[in-house]
Amino acid sequence: MTCLIMLASGIHFVLLVSRQGKVRLTKWYSPYAQKERSKVIRELSGVILNRGPKLCNFVEWRGYKVVYKRYASLYFCMCIDQEDNELEVLEIIHHYVEILDRYFGSVCELDLIFNFHKAYYILDELLIAGELQESSKKTVARIISAQDQLVEVAKEEASSISNIIAQATK
Amino acid sequence: MSSSSTSIMDNLFQRSLEDLIKGFRLQLLGESNFISRALEEIRREIKVTDLSTKSTALHKLSYLAALHGVDMSWAAFHAVEVVSSPRFQHKRIGYEAITQSFHEQTSVLLLITNQVRKDLNSANEYEVSLALECLSRIGTHDLARDLTPEVFTLLGSSKAFVKKKAIGVVLRVFEKYPDAVKVCFKRLVENLESSDPQILSAVVGVFCELATRDPGSCLPLAPELYKVLVDSRNNWVLIKVLKIFAKLASVEPRLGKKVAEPICEHMRRTVAKSLVFECVRTVVSSLSDHEAAVKLAVAKIREFLVEDDPNLKYLGLNALSIVAPKHLWAVLENKEAVVKALSDEDPNVKLEALHLLMSMVNEDNVSEISRILMNYALKSDPFFCNEIIFSVLSACSRNAYEIIVDFDWYVSLLGEMARIPHCQRGEEIEHQLIDIGMRVRDARPQLVRVSWALLIDPALLGNLFLHPILSAAAWISGEYVEFCKNPYETVEVLLQPRTGLLPPSIRAVYIHSAFKVLIFCLRSYFSAEESTLSFSAQEFSSASSSMNAFTYESILNLVNVIELGLVPLSGTHDVEVQERTKNVLGFIGMIKQDLAEKLNLQDSETEVFRVTAFMEDVFSEELGPVSATAQDKVCVPGGLELKENLGDLEEICGEFLKPVDSVSYTDKISFSVSKLRIRDQQEASSSSSPPHEASSLLAEHRKRHGMYYLPSQKDDPDSNGTPNDYPLANELANEISPDPFNPKKKPNQSKQRPVVVKLEEGDESRNPPQAKSNIETVNDDESLSRAIQSALLVKNKGKEKDKSETNPNSGQQEKEESSRIEDHQNSEKKKKKKKKKNGERSSKHKSRGRNEVASASEQVIIPDYLL
Repeated sequence: MTCLIMLASGIHFVLLVSRQGKVRLTKWYSPYAQKERSKVIRELSGVILNRGPKLCNFVEWRGYKVVYKRYASLYFCMCIDQEDNELEVLEIIHHYVEILDRYFGSVCELDLIFNFHKAYYILDELLIAGELQESSKKTVARIISAQDQLVEVAKEEASSISNIIAQATK
Repeated sequence: MSSSSTSIMDNLFQRSLEDLIKGFRLQLLGESNFISRALEEIRREIKVTDLSTKSTALHKLSYLAALHGVDMSWAAFHAVEVVSSPRFQHKRIGYEAITQSFHEQTSVLLLITNQVRKDLNSANEYEVSLALECLSRIGTHDLARDLTPEVFTLLGSSKAFVKKKAIGVVLRVFEKYPDAVKVCFKRLVENLESSDPQILSAVVGVFCELATRDPGSCLPLAPELYKVLVDSRNNWVLIKVLKIFAKLASVEPRLGKKVAEPICEHMRRTVAKSLVFECVRTVVSSLSDHEAAVKLAVAKIREFLVEDDPNLKYLGLNALSIVAPKHLWAVLENKEAVVKALSDEDPNVKLEALHLLMSMVNEDNVSEISRILMNYALKSDPFFCNEIIFSVLSACSRNAYEIIVDFDWYVSLLGEMARIPHCQRGEEIEHQLIDIGMRVRDARPQLVRVSWALLIDPALLGNLFLHPILSAAAWISGEYVEFCKNPYETVEVLLQPRTGLLPPSIRAVYIHSAFKVLIFCLRSYFSAEESTLSFSAQEFSSASSSMNAFTYESILNLVNVIELGLVPLSGTHDVEVQERTKNVLGFIGMIKQDLAEKLNLQDSETEVFRVTAFMEDVFSEELGPVSATAQDKVCVPGGLELKENLGDLEEICGEFLKPVDSVSYTDKISFSVSKLRIRDQQEASSSSSPPHEASSLLAEHRKRHGMYYLPSQKDDPDSNGTPNDYPLANELANEISPDPFNPKKKPNQSKQRPVVVKLEEGDESRNPPQAKSNIETVNDDESLSRAIQSALLVKNKGKEKDKSETNPNSGQQEKEESSRIEDHQNSEKKKKKKKKKNGERSSKHKSRGRNEVASASEQVIIPDYLL
């Protein structure tokens, strides 16, 4: 029996799993080895995907609580401590989904598959060290688009012909 | 030239992450094949010097690691390379890879310190954010120590975006490097007065975590936090503040009085369920002495319970179970909802309801609740069924069966549990059956009846989970055979051929029990005979009157049945079964001739009489419960060196090592043989002297190495019958005190509670020592809280310099705090009226702030010494 030592506060990890059990996003705020990660994912998706639609959104698991919510074909799961507030976490999940929705324009699973990293960046603006850091959707949207722009500009620069020539003749 | 052109080719024709994802969806190779192909590609690309090729490769690798569990630790160095790129998009990929894959043992971690510092100082706030993000995840002691000055600077950043992230990181830094508290604490505390809700939320989050680790250290901040509790209308912030006060109130009960009212206010005001729930939880867990608050909280719980939303129902039950220990009325008020929840379709809700129901159990309703639960157990799925059984078992056995009055009923209930189809709690039931047998004399007749019913049930033999119960039943029928209606049938049941389905260890119990029954039958047969002849047998009459008198034929028959049943077993491979069988057969062999000749059996000179009497003596000792702390009661005799190094033992015993092995082997054989030859043993003058050779060896050994022996009263090691220095297990068990039984307690009770043997202390198996999470983290926590305390001391000193020179002890400190809170409350009330006073206050604040800035700037120097 492995005993996991949770260092992070608040949320220990975030998982996005599709109804078919495919993992769409993972983010670990507590230290888990790669092997443990796969085990956790397997264990939890087994538990959560098998739960019926009218049940409560909380699962007790290894002394922790996993709060999950299904949006269309995706399950959003977050793991918290026993004494954390489940309803608050449900709100965080909903918050995240709303921001994704705003960013992608009615988000669907495919958006997250192809823009896997974007979903990550948005999550990073929402949570830090497992704590909610930004509760304003507008602010998150603004920050993300600013960073997108930063990347775009850099990309254009890099792919400009003069740049390629400069590289080739280096 | 050639190398750079290949890098361009790599760059131009490299598959991007998007290509990889698309490829994944179209691939026909099978997932693992596709991944290993992609990995091959990545390994090649990641070695290229061109940073954009490298970063794309790293990006793809992070993707595979995150979603497909691919190991990426091998690319740690490449991640460091990518982070050092001047471009934001590369950096982002690099940092993402680092947070995802680095841990404390990653060796290249040492290489990123400078890069992270550079990015923390960057003018681009997004780069700063990346570095902070990274630090919050992988910060080690060294990183935290080296980067404390940067984090401190960022805490004062004018950009809210950066500041709130810096606050988020502070916790990790404190945790890894407690000395950082000295530097950063003041700035952190200042932010409690921030008007930006995001900043406030972040800083309250940090204190929430600190309070969880060590509530005492955050106590001095109560006034500031109280202000937030009263003023804030941000639910995220309020939830965190409530959590902090829940922790603080547990160490400082007087705080409860202050915060109860504002919490109730929030409860009445807000519509956000999450906030209501947090209020409820805070009240029921930490403010349970405040009647009005509890009443309001329970009213809110009731609202939750009647909602259709399964989440609220679950949380309502959850909150009820927290309130239950102190305010049982809250549960009783909602009893209907709880029982109804037992048949909810959600297993979590059902479990929670079950726990609650068990918290309601007392001696008056235990049978009613058990009845309800047993009915549910019959209908439920295997998991929930066993949860029910387990809860009933543990609730009833709590504190030496405290709530059980009618043990006959309880024993029957245990028997019923064995018949629930899904029952898998055999071991616990086994334990309780035997435990009750040993503790409760009055329950024994019923125990024997229940055991008999279990033993004759052929269905139970086939169920693996129930075997332990059968073992207990067999043991009970042997141990308490005097209550048995028909010993002859008991023996038949114990030796029935279907017992072959049992594991050998349990079969051995069966055989041994049959042995006990046989001895009992013989003995009562003799005593019956005796009583017909002699007049002094009144003591037996009571025992034998209940028994059907044994005739000579029935005894002979019994012996035959046992012999018939056991002979085939004497050749089994399991030693335990074989040995038990041989014991019984050996005994029968001894008595058989006498029996067959039908000599004067009651004559105390006959072999059979003597042997039976002897065996009865062997079995007559009553077994008692053994305290879980029995071992502790054995005091270490003086002169026994437990802690001395035994390193020289090898040297001393080296020559004995081999012979000791062989001796112990022959010893074992000779002992097991001697067990069978009871006759020999009886005739021998000393019943337990070890073989002569061994004893002389022992004596020699003792002479040479006396220091390792315990001191004994007699020097002669061969002396037998010397009372041992150690109390025997049963002697310990005899130090019992009968349960203080008070008939006045329940006058309406028709049946008196039988005496339950209860050891004086430590009867309950003690809780295993709290799982120590990790010694190191504990140390970290300690040093962290110490650091916070000293930081606060400094702060308080600065504030109350003129008030008192001495360090305030905690009580005094607390008084000051509460007066400060009162101050605040008063000022709240008078706010509108006396603006002037308010102005004074704020100016005071300002001056205080200046002071702190001044002292903080002094402290910035501290980390510089460390670098």
